[in-house]
Amino acid sequence: MATLDVAAGRERGILRRPMATEGFWSWFTTVDHKKIGILYGLAAFVFFIVGGLEALLIRAQLVGPDGTLLNADQYNQIFTMHGITMIFLFVMPMSAAFFNYMIPLMIGARDVAFPRLNAYSYWAFAAGGLFLYSSFFLGGAPNGGWFGYAPNSTTDPTPGMTFYALGLIITGISSAAGAVNLAITVINMRAPGMSLFRMPVFVWMGLVVQFLLVFALPIITVALFELLFDRRWGTRFFDPTAGGEPLLWQHMFWLFGHPEVYILILPAFGIVSEILPVFSRKPLFGYQFVVFSGIAIGFIGFGVWAHHMFAAGLGPVANTAFGVTTAIIGVPTGIKIFNWMGTMYGGDIRFHTPMMYAIGAVAMFVIGGLSGVTHAIVPSDYQQTDTYYIVAHFHYVIFGGGVFAIFGGLYYWWPKVFARKLGEGIGKLQFWILFVGFNLTFGPMHILGLYGMIRRTYTYPASLGLTFWNQVATVGAFLIALSVLVFLVNVVRTHTKPKGLAHEDPWDARTLEWTTSCPPPHYNFEEIPTVHALDEFWHRKYVEDERSRRLVPAQAGAAGDHGHEGGGHSIHLPGPSFWPLVAAAGLPIMAYGVIYSWWLLAAGVLVALTGFYGWALEPSVAEE
Amino acid sequence: MDVAAATAQQHDEHQTTTGLPHTKLGMWVFLSSECLLFGALISTYVLYRGRSTVGPFPDEVFDIPYTSVSSFVLLASSLTMVLALAAAQKRDMQRMRLWLLATALLGMTFVGGQVYEFTVFHEEGLDITTNLFGTTFYTLTGFHGVHVTVGILMLLSLVGMSMAQRLPADASFPVEMVGLYWHFVDIVWIVIFTVVYLVPTPRPGGP
Amino acid sequence: MAETEEHVAPPAAPAHPGSHPTAKEYVRIGLILFVLTALEVTASYTDVSGAVLIPTLYVLAVIKFVLVVMWFMHLKFDDRRYARFFVMGLAGAATLYLIVLISFRVFAR
Repeated sequence: MATLDVAAGRERGILRRPMATEGFWSWFTTVDHKKIGILYGLAAFVFFIVGGLEALLIRAQLVGPDGTLLNADQYNQIFTMHGITMIFLFVMPMSAAFFNYMIPLMIGARDVAFPRLNAYSYWAFAAGGLFLYSSFFLGGAPNGGWFGYAPNSTTDPTPGMTFYALGLIITGISSAAGAVNLAITVINMRAPGMSLFRMPVFVWMGLVVQFLLVFALPIITVALFELLFDRRWGTRFFDPTAGGEPLLWQHMFWLFGHPEVYILILPAFGIVSEILPVFSRKPLFGYQFVVFSGIAIGFIGFGVWAHHMFAAGLGPVANTAFGVTTAIIGVPTGIKIFNWMGTMYGGDIRFHTPMMYAIGAVAMFVIGGLSGVTHAIVPSDYQQTDTYYIVAHFHYVIFGGGVFAIFGGLYYWWPKVFARKLGEGIGKLQFWILFVGFNLTFGPMHILGLYGMIRRTYTYPASLGLTFWNQVATVGAFLIALSVLVFLVNVVRTHTKPKGLAHEDPWDARTLEWTTSCPPPHYNFEEIPTVHALDEFWHRKYVEDERSRRLVPAQAGAAGDHGHEGGGHSIHLPGPSFWPLVAAAGLPIMAYGVIYSWWLLAAGVLVALTGFYGWALEPSVAEE
Repeated sequence: MDVAAATAQQHDEHQTTTGLPHTKLGMWVFLSSECLLFGALISTYVLYRGRSTVGPFPDEVFDIPYTSVSSFVLLASSLTMVLALAAAQKRDMQRMRLWLLATALLGMTFVGGQVYEFTVFHEEGLDITTNLFGTTFYTLTGFHGVHVTVGILMLLSLVGMSMAQRLPADASFPVEMVGLYWHFVDIVWIVIFTVVYLVPTPRPGGP
Repeated sequence: MAETEEHVAPPAAPAHPGSHPTAKEYVRIGLILFVLTALEVTASYTDVSGAVLIPTLYVLAVIKFVLVVMWFMHLKFDDRRYARFFVMGLAGAATLYLIVLISFRVFAR
């Protein structure tokens, strides 16, 4: 079961099947973190496109006043699903893709701590995403915004918000399971010599994110159950007529929701922290500051949630307190920005596509961060809240910061995963189209917001003078779509060429994942490396010449290739298993059961239990 | 290092970076997150305490002596759990199974007692939709009860697996893990019993 | 849970005798828990004012909580890191939810 066939290299020519391995069905039973990473990445990208189409629908509807493309009800579903998709079905799973593939390699491990739990978390995510989208065909998609404010969300008669509650409970279970796995992996499976402060920043950010998930997800889970119970069985959690408090929903949602945005952006910060040093040929400036500021952001991130509720009537004491904490959280982020700039300063910069995306991410995030600082000033936020100014802010940070970094990561690590480099020329073209399109789309929204354009509304009248900038924004959105098409073209063209890299360390990188072949063998490392320093790989390749103080190549072979085909015959890794899939399949069945039938709910429970018992009784390492 | 040994190193919990086993670390992280789960449910209850606009109210339905017995039962089950672990650590499988069964039985008694309590409340006019008290009470204790039930399933599974020789030679580790979960469920009840049942609930508009 | 590998002796085994509770000590803890619960229930039946009763009940509950966590869950004798992780969630939950309840003026008169 643990035999490998990685070098088969059969080409299917298109994005969805980029790599031939042991066969189609092996993808359903894999517990290999690398394959699971690819599964996450593929699914996430598909959802990115779906969410992007939803965005185009929004922009087409809003291109002019009194739009008739979508009616109010349809618009509500589209903008709600756009938000849910981009946050829960694209950015989070894409981060999971990177964490899953890269973390074990970066820490010198062969595996993750709980391989089957890892597989379970993927299948639960996939099930949750499909379940959410099935709502379109089963009476209507969620329509209460991704934030689902009660009592609007509890009283809406269409089934959409029930799908919302159940779907996000499922994806929450997925993320929590994955988080426990990755946290323990980082804490407990590092190679000898890799102390916490010799870990790559990407791994550190990963660790912080897993803890944010573990602590934030239970809060939203309870809120979603309370929402579900109000809708499905008429409980009184958010029923003002019975004394219920709609604000309770807001508190619980944002107690999760704010850490959630750091869950979205910290992986991007990690990616940027890997790319900038490699393409500046300089170590990350102020590594410890970058690490500690990441931890600080995670921690303080739990203390700012009510800045989403400044206009909700909490009163001056609460508003002041949260205004202060929100201002404070800008500090560690600023520290990172300066350290990134310090990394590039004086470096030997190579403007390959990953680097352009990384720099773009930092620049766009700074813009979004600046508008964020203005929100922290409570009286100013009274004007900004619920306007497009906010929409501009969060798209600059999540898209400008997060998605740009994701693209950077894709270009950077594509050779590692797929043994091919994405085209440079097309890549740069794609970057510029995206850069222009993105800024055209969201830049004007600052203006629109300050002119008073209200968010979450399906149209606007001509008399408000909002038309021009909306037109600009729509043009920008279609440019973004074009850039995504260009990316896909790049992928297809890259994969019609034969596999193979001129060099297995194509970027002259610094961290351990680049010591393995491209792609790495099933078992990652023939010999677990011993780590002596931060940027271990770099220090194996280069030493500082004592006289000239310049970097010179170390002795040949000192870098040591650690993991190529042909070895690893006696390495036993956990065998594949279909039980995680079975266990995960129970979740959507239970969810449909809650909506339609107790028998179905019971059936889902049985399926889940079967999966868990099969899992518990199966040895983790396959008998040979 | 020999590759087989190196891989064994990755999966041998006693050669981990911290020296601590993956599963136990993972269990404590999980229990940490459960604090936030039950904290949210308990906070919802506390927020809505005394705010129900209609009855029945807690003092009208609670049977404190009855629920106290339930609490003793669950506390006792923690004791039997810890005795099961002690037996497992001494490799006394027979005794371990006995104590595990006792724990499961006490757990079932607890859940059974809760179910009965709910039927009595229902007859007295308290349903999950009746008022804030009903909504928050049944949800909080219901979530707890589901957790207890899952624990009972795990306990019975341990007994079954032990009888079928499917536990490792050192059975104390899985028993310890299930034990941690079980004790956590008990401490949640310690909080619920005090906060929900014993702390008096004012009537709306009352003191 | 079934594993095919041989386990070596658990690393958590205490180095010095007396640091790991005996069965007798566990029973003793159990009895203390019973007594504390009985005290709680009794207190709830007395006529003391809420200002005395409620803190008393909470204190008793906390003591029981700590006893189970430290002894039955073995945190007192185990590696410090387990306790650190657990306390993160516990303290986090207590802090965050307290702030929410305060903002709803639950503790105001």
